Amino acid sequence: MSKRGAPPEVNAGSMADIAFLLLIFFLVTTTIETDAGLDRMLPPIEPPEQDVIIKQKNIFQVNINREGQLLVDEELVNITDLRAKAIAFLDNGGAPSGSDDFCNYCKGARDASSSDSPSKAIISLKNDRETKYSTYITVQNELVGAYNELRNREAQRLYKTNFTDMEAEYLNPETPSDVKDELKEKVKRIQDLFPMKLSEAETASASIN
Amino acid sequence: MSKFNKKKDAAVPAVNTASLPDIVFMLLFFFMTVTVMKDSTLKVENTLPNATEIKKLEKKDRVIYIYVGKPTREYEKVYGTESKIQLNDKFADASEVGDYILMERAKKPQELQNVLTTSLKVDKDANMGIISDIKQELRKVNALKVNYTTYEGDAFRNLQ
Repeated sequence: MSKRGAPPEVNAGSMADIAFLLLIFFLVTTTIETDAGLDRMLPPIEPPEQDVIIKQKNIFQVNINREGQLLVDEELVNITDLRAKAIAFLDNGGAPSGSDDFCNYCKGARDASSSDSPSKAIISLKNDRETKYSTYITVQNELVGAYNELRNREAQRLYKTNFTDMEAEYLNPETPSDVKDELKEKVKRIQDLFPMKLSEAETASASIN
Repeated sequence: MSKFNKKKDAAVPAVNTASLPDIVFMLLFFFMTVTVMKDSTLKVENTLPNATEIKKLEKKDRVIYIYVGKPTREYEKVYGTESKIQLNDKFADASEVGDYILMERAKKPQELQNVLTTSLKVDKDANMGIISDIKQELRKVNALKVNYTTYEGDAFRNLQ
């Protein structure tokens, strides 16, 4: 009988090669990305029960035509000025002091012919079927930006922080729930100060040129 | 004196590579865990527009994707160069969007069915007509939460 020594060692020299091979495969196929974008809510399909009468001065009408030009309240406007215009409209607070709608935190021009208060102000967005999607997104971005800017201002005044940061933290799944509850209230309060009322009418089939 | 004779071969000793596999395995496991395999191959061109006021889409299991764009070169001959909708792995018509959403919604667990978001991944050269049709379909099936998925960047670059 031959004497058996220790079992022969398995040669592990090629293990690194195999691991490298797998590593490279996963490196190549990996996409570490979280998608991000503009969150919007669509209006429900049921028509509202009764027609609400909205004063013309409380509507900020934005039309985008097929060339990507903007018509804001019957006036041709450059897209770069849209945000400032929207802020001026939302922050106007035209209702006289003492009335129900009086907005004590507005810092706008208080022009009686523009919106009464942020909660009354509505932005209406209309686009043509031929409008390019990129233009539409830019307009959406500017309008959401206008709201965010105003909300940030109020959040800075009340809580010394930015609304967008608070909201991001609130939506982050890793935030502990007690922090979340506290944030929820704050976020809600700011949202109520400047509620996002962005209505989108059905797309016009005939273009307005 | 011979006791202190220096060894003649002063060659550098080989670096011990025994721990190399461990290191590589560590990296391997990291990438294995973070990898998300693409669930559908894109058949349409999909250069998203830029935006600044974006919010992250957390929790991938609550998202339904709809892709819109021009068919890529290999499908151009069959499907033309007009913008098309892609649902899962195939081209579809706007009227099929509603069924698709309902089908995807049914696949999700009960408690998530009410909190689903529809992510619209639309090529920036697409027209709004097709988007309006999709939005109309989404409203019909009560999938009201949408996310216009974009890249982060200056929104005015879209206009060039």
